[in-house]
Amino acid sequence: MQQPAGIPLFPEQASTLAASVDNLYFAIVAVTAFFTIVVSIAAVWFAIKYRTDDPTKVGENIHGSLSLEIGWTLIPFVIAMGIFGWSASVYFDIIRPPDQTLEIYSVGKRWMWKFQHVGGQSEINELHVPVGRPVKITFTSEDVLHDLFIPVFRVKADAIPGRYSTIWFEATQTGEFHLFCAEYCGTNHSGMIGRVVVMEPAEYQDWLAGGGTDLPLEVRGEQLFQELACNTCHLENGTGRGPSLERVFGSQVALTNGATVNVDESYLRESILNPQAKLVSGYGPQMPTFQGLVSEESVMALIEYVKSLDAPAAARLDATPAAGND
Amino acid sequence: MTTRADSPNFLNASHGIASWLLTKDHKRIGIMYLVAVGVAFILGGVFAAGIRAELATPAGDLVSADTYNKLFTMHGVAMVFFVLIPVVPAVLGNFVLPLMIGAKDVAFPKVNLLSWYIFVIGMIITLYAMITGGVDTGWTFYTPYSSTASSTNVMATGVGIFVTGFASILTGLNFLVTIHRMRAPGLTWFRLPLFVWSAYATSLVNILGTPVVAITVLMLAMERALGFGIFDPELGGDPVLFQHLFWFYSHPAVYIMILPPMGVISEVIACFSRKPVFGYSFVAFSSLAIAVFGFLVWAHHMFVSGISPYSALVFSVLTFAVAVPSAVKTFNWTATLYKGAIWLKSPMIWVLGFLGLFLIGGLTGLFLASLGTDVHMHDTYFVVAHFHYIMVGGAIMGFMAGLHYWWPKMTGRMFNDVAATVSAILVFIGFNLTFFPQFVLGYLGMPRRYHMYPPEWQVLNVLSTGGSMVLGAAYTLVLIYLAWSLMKGKAAGANPWLATGLEWQTQSPPVLHNFDEQPVVTEEPYNYVGREVKVV
Repeated sequence: MQQPAGIPLFPEQASTLAASVDNLYFAIVAVTAFFTIVVSIAAVWFAIKYRTDDPTKVGENIHGSLSLEIGWTLIPFVIAMGIFGWSASVYFDIIRPPDQTLEIYSVGKRWMWKFQHVGGQSEINELHVPVGRPVKITFTSEDVLHDLFIPVFRVKADAIPGRYSTIWFEATQTGEFHLFCAEYCGTNHSGMIGRVVVMEPAEYQDWLAGGGTDLPLEVRGEQLFQELACNTCHLENGTGRGPSLERVFGSQVALTNGATVNVDESYLRESILNPQAKLVSGYGPQMPTFQGLVSEESVMALIEYVKSLDAPAAARLDATPAAGND
Repeated sequence: MTTRADSPNFLNASHGIASWLLTKDHKRIGIMYLVAVGVAFILGGVFAAGIRAELATPAGDLVSADTYNKLFTMHGVAMVFFVLIPVVPAVLGNFVLPLMIGAKDVAFPKVNLLSWYIFVIGMIITLYAMITGGVDTGWTFYTPYSSTASSTNVMATGVGIFVTGFASILTGLNFLVTIHRMRAPGLTWFRLPLFVWSAYATSLVNILGTPVVAITVLMLAMERALGFGIFDPELGGDPVLFQHLFWFYSHPAVYIMILPPMGVISEVIACFSRKPVFGYSFVAFSSLAIAVFGFLVWAHHMFVSGISPYSALVFSVLTFAVAVPSAVKTFNWTATLYKGAIWLKSPMIWVLGFLGLFLIGGLTGLFLASLGTDVHMHDTYFVVAHFHYIMVGGAIMGFMAGLHYWWPKMTGRMFNDVAATVSAILVFIGFNLTFFPQFVLGYLGMPRRYHMYPPEWQVLNVLSTGGSMVLGAAYTLVLIYLAWSLMKGKAAGANPWLATGLEWQTQSPPVLHNFDEQPVVTEEPYNYVGREVKVV
């Protein structure tokens, strides 16, 4: 729905989630309007109908009505619970990405957004994505809180230093849209904005191909893996001082404290920066912390490398870096 | 007919500045709070005018980004901590609560005076912080911006808020003991005016909640000054922990701000409808329900702050539940009008304005309690509009209703009722013009705390700025006719509104110890019908 020229009153719907958020929104608008109108009309009507200029007159001695009280307690409660149930289901659609997504990393810092595509392309305050394909953005902050907000997609999440957040969306129309920082972050908070460029898949491939000469993330990650000497302990065959990282991503691993953990981006990040926090069962606390030694972007490259160890080795060799990583 | 010359009242019983600064009279302390809160309200209003002036154009052209950030921070700090929290309990509550229960004073008059001094000292420290450079963290002081990044006067502002909190605690303690121990003979719990119930509920929240914000500010200070690492992830801390601690107080604080005005509404609506409040016990217990459930919903401010989706579910459902008692109150107030003998004097006009704005404010909370819509609307202008409808449309309209209702009792003089009615209507119009466009801007996606914004949103912002000018003019009008009333207003008499309630049985302004004889209560509140109303 393209906005007519003039005063915009409603945001465009440019993602698969937007319509379901808007339907919920309009339902609550209807509830709000209904109660506002009914109660306002009743109040004004009573004020006019029972108006008197004689201050000695008294009203009727009504103290209340139990059935009315029960009615107007239960009805709002039922309506509220109905909205709650509906909104919870929309919420889980918003926060749970589908299995197959195009992965993009991002780091917020005062006052810019840096986006890192897995093929190595990076951009600042601009985000190029293909239409019709689910995109997941994994992001963090390098300094204070930020918040990645794309109104036309109806998605938002805080960028929190020290942990990963994700948003996902599937764009339904091409075009350029606003991207904001929605969590106050100091002087140029309102300048920490950008645009999302949604492109046809073919155009998107062209854009990726022309996106500079940076190495794909997983290749950069592999280099870091050797430079930081991770490979001296994390041997492929599992005989090293650290656990093998082959096919570890997405699996459940047992910890020394008896718990199990789902190996996702957040766990890998934590295990690089604070390795003693959740030790894999059977391994000692030998790994040094890399807190302050590797940048958030390097951590993302390392994670992308570990994720690539999921695929059979032959497939990895065939993968064309520019095609991204599904 | 009672005249002002009958016997010495609390205003002319003694003279001189020392007689005020050393007073232990709850009525004088109430008026001293009115002066202090009035200064903060004007200051906060000036900051708001600065914000709206900047936002009249999309570019950040009137003030610098840093100045703008300080303006909205100081607007929030002044309005939340120095206006909304004390305005009804400390001003109106101090003045009328002991009168309403037939007591000579509050339980601890010296502590009451101490609370005013603590409040003023906190305010002076905060003012010092503002004058010597200001603060730019937002009134929410989120870490790690406030703990590591901001180079403004965070510490001094924090100290000011820390100190001021003790004034709330002491006032809450005083009211609780006063309500328990000092009610007139015959004044049983279910004969209490509803304002007293809401003051009771508020005092509970004040005592239980305020220490938490004090501790939070202290932790922030330790983090900033000594690098404790409570909130800094680099030192193993968690920045989101701050939000939990902050909202554990600051969400209940919303009820500290709105419960007392709700009590005012019950008083005024009963008086000008000439009948009892519909469903008295439901209104009374809904105050307590709000006070209790209000402590269990804080994380609804954090749905996009990285909390677990399952805890988000719990906080969402509890937030929907806490909406119900507020709805119950609104229905009961409306039903009170039914078959009343409605005398449309200006306090009642303020009440009708309250009803309209509080309805919208309360119902728009549903959008933010709802997880599916909150993700999009969080930290946008929709939130700004929503809480201004509650805080200004609800709390300040309620305060205005109470101020007009009890003004003749406080000062012994009447004000121009036509001017007051016009002001109430102007506030209603100006308010809606200011804040309704912000709902639209919010859903469009305009984030809060933005110094610049995309140009296509200018028309809505200009409407909002225009509305704020109407609003400012309307409040100024209130100041003018009330000042006029102080000098030239005609004598009010003991009971100009022909209201029930013990506070109207003593002269206006009341005698030093409130009542010449100890009043005895023999009937339920708001017994207009059973009483022969005399014209005085």
